[in-house]
Amino acid sequence: MENLIALLVAAPLVGAALLLCGGKRLDRTGHWLGTLFAAASFAVGVALFADMLGRSADHRALHQHLFTWIPVGGFRADVAFQLDQLSMTFVLLITGVGSLIHVYSIGYMEHDERRRRFFGYLNLFLAAMLLLVLADNYLLLYVGWEGVGLASYLLIGFWQHKPSAATAAKKAFLVNRVGDMGLSIAIMLMFTTFGTFAFGPVLASTGATSEGKLTAIGLMLLLAACGKSAQVPLQSWLGDAMEGPTPVSALIHAATMVTAGVYLITRSGAIFNAAPDAQTAVVAVGAVTLLFGAIVGCAKDDIKKALAGSTMSQIGYMILAAGLGPIGYAFAIMHLVTHGFFKAGLFLGAGSVMHGMNDEVDMRRYGGLRKYMPVTFVTFGLGYLAIIGFPGLSGFFSKDKIIEAAFAKGGTEGWILGGAALLGAAITAFYMTRVMLMTFFGEERWRKAPTPSPDQPSVEPAAETRGEYAPPHPHESPKVMTLPMIVLAIGSVFAGGLFSLNEAFVKWLEPVTSFAHGHPPVSATTVTAATIAVLLLGVGVAWLMYGRRPVPSLAPRGSLLTRAARRDLLQDDFNDIVFVRGGGHLTTTLVQLDHTLVDGAVNGTAASMGGLSGLLRQLQSGFVRSYAVQMLGGAAVLVAATLLMRGV
Amino acid sequence: MSFPLLTATAVVPAIGAIATAALPAAKRTAAKWLALLFSLLTFALALVVAFRFDPGAKGPFQLTESHAWIRDFGVRYELGVDGIAVALIALTALLVPFVILAGWHDADTLEEATPNRRWRPTQGFFALILAVEAMVVISFEATDVFLFYIFFEAMLIPMYFLIGGFGDRAGADGEERSAGRRSQAAVKFLLYNLAGGLIMLAAVIGLYAVTADQLGTGTFSLTQIVDARAAGQLDLGTTTERLLFLGFFFAFAVKAPLWPLHTWLPGAMSESTAPVAVLITAVVDKVGTFAMLRFCLQLFPQASSWATPVILILALISIVYGALLAVAQRDIKRLIAYASISHFGFIILGIFAMTSQGQGGATLYMVNHGISTAALMLVAGFLISRRGSRLIADFGGVQKVAPMLAGTFLIGGLATLSLPGLAPFVSEFLVLVGTFSRHPVIGVIATLGIVLAALYVLVLYQRTMTGPVKSEVSAMPDLRARELVVVAPLIALLLFLGVYPKPLTDLVNPAVEHTLSVVDKKDPKPTAQVNAVPGSGRTGHAASDQDVEAAK
Amino acid sequence: MNPVYYLYLAALLFTIGAAGVLIRRNAIVVFMCIELMLNACNLAFVTFSRLHGNLDGQIIAFFTMVVAAAEVVVGLAIIVTIFRTRHTASVDDASLMKL
Repeated sequence: MENLIALLVAAPLVGAALLLCGGKRLDRTGHWLGTLFAAASFAVGVALFADMLGRSADHRALHQHLFTWIPVGGFRADVAFQLDQLSMTFVLLITGVGSLIHVYSIGYMEHDERRRRFFGYLNLFLAAMLLLVLADNYLLLYVGWEGVGLASYLLIGFWQHKPSAATAAKKAFLVNRVGDMGLSIAIMLMFTTFGTFAFGPVLASTGATSEGKLTAIGLMLLLAACGKSAQVPLQSWLGDAMEGPTPVSALIHAATMVTAGVYLITRSGAIFNAAPDAQTAVVAVGAVTLLFGAIVGCAKDDIKKALAGSTMSQIGYMILAAGLGPIGYAFAIMHLVTHGFFKAGLFLGAGSVMHGMNDEVDMRRYGGLRKYMPVTFVTFGLGYLAIIGFPGLSGFFSKDKIIEAAFAKGGTEGWILGGAALLGAAITAFYMTRVMLMTFFGEERWRKAPTPSPDQPSVEPAAETRGEYAPPHPHESPKVMTLPMIVLAIGSVFAGGLFSLNEAFVKWLEPVTSFAHGHPPVSATTVTAATIAVLLLGVGVAWLMYGRRPVPSLAPRGSLLTRAARRDLLQDDFNDIVFVRGGGHLTTTLVQLDHTLVDGAVNGTAASMGGLSGLLRQLQSGFVRSYAVQMLGGAAVLVAATLLMRGV
Repeated sequence: MSFPLLTATAVVPAIGAIATAALPAAKRTAAKWLALLFSLLTFALALVVAFRFDPGAKGPFQLTESHAWIRDFGVRYELGVDGIAVALIALTALLVPFVILAGWHDADTLEEATPNRRWRPTQGFFALILAVEAMVVISFEATDVFLFYIFFEAMLIPMYFLIGGFGDRAGADGEERSAGRRSQAAVKFLLYNLAGGLIMLAAVIGLYAVTADQLGTGTFSLTQIVDARAAGQLDLGTTTERLLFLGFFFAFAVKAPLWPLHTWLPGAMSESTAPVAVLITAVVDKVGTFAMLRFCLQLFPQASSWATPVILILALISIVYGALLAVAQRDIKRLIAYASISHFGFIILGIFAMTSQGQGGATLYMVNHGISTAALMLVAGFLISRRGSRLIADFGGVQKVAPMLAGTFLIGGLATLSLPGLAPFVSEFLVLVGTFSRHPVIGVIATLGIVLAALYVLVLYQRTMTGPVKSEVSAMPDLRARELVVVAPLIALLLFLGVYPKPLTDLVNPAVEHTLSVVDKKDPKPTAQVNAVPGSGRTGHAASDQDVEAAK
Repeated sequence: MNPVYYLYLAALLFTIGAAGVLIRRNAIVVFMCIELMLNACNLAFVTFSRLHGNLDGQIIAFFTMVVAAAEVVVGLAIIVTIFRTRHTASVDDASLMKL
């Protein structure tokens, strides 16, 4: 059975190679081919899953060694796969949700002339992500890690003719590279500490080294996770990444890419368990990000950017849970899976809305769409209920557990973390309700021409000012798009309950991640009640602000916090001033220095040599008699020198 | 006596150079095909060398040839290869056919411009390329210091004419001014390298004097000197060894080039045609880093250890400085030149990290950098010749009109930024690990290079390939068949060596072990005892559970 | 007679010749002065030959004469050519060989 593991990665990889090198011949069939390869990988995954369930919990992990990759001295990297329960969970999520997104894209990208290439990139994305979760050592994981970065670069910048898309793609890759730096340093540390970086030996020997070393490794891994999972302070790329086509956003946010950080921390659990300081850093990052993302999500009028803020926040929950140690790993992964369902559903729903609204993304230009796109409304609505944690739906089970675990951390820390998680839940309920109300309820604001904004003049006002505004004709998307949405909505409803049945999910993961029951200072029921209370509070406030009152089609100026949140809490401004402009000054100065100082020193030597020879040239006057004098003088000097030498 | 395979590998391109140069002016196309034929013949011979070479065999050098040459001064015609040399000879012989193919039309227009019928630039161009190849190959093979020195210096002559005589046809500001800048760049190249070479000459003579003094008969033979030193017959003395080391190292650092001796490279690379630029950075410069490994370390091990801290710092500066300057360049070729300076910093860092990962990685880096820079530079050359400008700002939206050109350019760029899965990643990571295990701080700072590399590559790609299509590039044709033949194999090789570098590492590892044993360095041991079987996932999990329990 | 007097005479002749080369502009006169210097040398050689009692100096004097004769041929030819093309025999006018 283990020989099948490579097939999981190989299928989408072959698909990508075929589609990208196949040329125009595959233009007409390329999208089906791409979907087929993704589905094939899913089928293999299901087969392996069935096989795995057939074995007892201790014998479920499979291992496949393909070949030795880099052998130099004591350094040995293998291309080898490891499929255990944790990897299996990811494989099913990646290939399952990934395949659905492939199907959806067939409809969404129907009119794009480069659709074949798009599917090639999607397949590449799946292959890289599968490599990431199946690798049995950190270096091979790193290959998948950067491969994901490359695929996201290609997909975010898919509409390259738009400068904003190209910039966003570059930004995503660069910010990720900063994280990658952390991962490569972590691998180097592992190599110098343990002499290897394979999961098995490294995670088994954490006791053999000092806590300081482990903390260093843990912090570097956290830096890597921050980059890939868009956690503070490396979160800035996620919002811009919305420049890519919507299925890409769904793929990045639900099944691949941002989940990689959670995977990395969970996988490296043994290191973090032995390095409490690193764990504290992890929970701090998680808690800050979950609030950060939620606040940003409240202020965005762009439906995709609001959802992006929400992703950041939800991943923050997962990182927080993963930082809690054995009491949290399983819940982090469980939330990751349920989030995979409802976030993919929400993004696909948003894409469906945009599809029917001439690619309009501003929610202030939506309103009352439930009548026009019922399927989208229902699936999006179920996703909405799931993400805010409505009792009985997926999000409720997973998020509630994380909040409980946060309280169970104990002491003041527990109260702070639990409080932050509860606050986050309230804000989540608020902004998601806001998205829901602004999009599907209220007055149909898209019927009126948009009023140009006073502080930022609209870029293309030409058509509207001349009174030729043609309102969009909202319509339901084709079946090939709604079908994946329905499947995902079903997942968002039932997955959580299914996983929590008899603690099935926790028991499934326990052999890999280990599990300990957390004991919150207050009873679990109290926590659940508090969660539901803040949920209702958030929904209520949102209804008061956006449901009862009409939504202005132009964004009000808003408070200082709102304005800061609209600008991603000024992170980009900070980056811009410190790194972009500072770096620009640094490089231009260096160029000048290179020219004047380094090159100047050499040129200066050359110039002074030239000057010296210019002086000597004066002697060469061309007059025979001056030469004769020089000769006479020279002869006299020679004779004098000879006489002197002899005399001495 | 067996067939002198190594001599043949160097002589064949030399004969090719003479034959090509001898063709009459009218036989322009024939000259091209002849040059291509000879370069392919050389490649075939290089492959034979690679297959005849046995990595597991004892002794530092194989396929050796040894003849007395100048008896009075103990100069011998001594050739021999180790794994490193085999890899680099193969790289050289591999790249030259691509250089010739890519430069197929580079020497054409000059001929039309000159009425003199005896003037044969096409013949000259290809003959010079083959001459460079012959000299580079023999430099990789020579185990006699004097013999090496002669060809190390002699290759400057054909390179000088290649840089000064055959510039880019893309002159934004007129043929005359660009010709002026070109000859300036060529002179700068020549003077820099001559200065380095002369200092080295002094050191070579000094080495001879010391051996003559202590061994009775002077010698230039690397093996003899290393053996005599090992047997305790030869002791250079601390000061002498350091001075001689500096003399050698200076020449190699100019060639490599190492900060602050790098300023000739951007000019030389940007003013010459893209294939010649590839010849400079991917082939000729490698002789410098190669010679550090073969001569500096093996002849002067103690002095090498003595100079290591300074050299590491200089290499580190090269890495960061080259990358930062690359970010700010406005000229595509200059950008690639500065990127190369950054990469040479990595190579030198790996060599002087004195670990098997560092030096093995550095050797792999030489090969991989050769291939990746060739791919990027040649595609950049195609791009530049289409637009007639080297300025980044003159491009935009090429992706839309020439997707294959943009795609290959992107892959070349991704290789330059060491994306995992492509060959340069393997070598860069090995260099970083090798450096980190002995000098953690330097290793961490060098890692900054990977972020900066991503910055300059992606900025270059974004500004040239994406965005709205500029009107000047809207009619740009995509890659032609000849160009695809040049680029596709290079990309395939990058992918192959990225996924399966084992053939190369197997070749290089014994040579690196030998070098390290001469320098008397051992890899640092891991600090913690690992108690599980590598590669088995199960044990890891069982134990990690125990850890959790222990933590509780 | 003391042979050293011949040496004084040779030195005197050489000095006169050298001064003439430096001072005079006419190429012919300069040329004659050079001849004077050569002959002063010859006188010195012959004197030394007499002083040391061997023939080395006389042999070298003969060499000098032969070389001087050849030099006269070439030198005069050059001077005549210059005079023909430039209509002057002044050495200062022929200063084209400078950089």
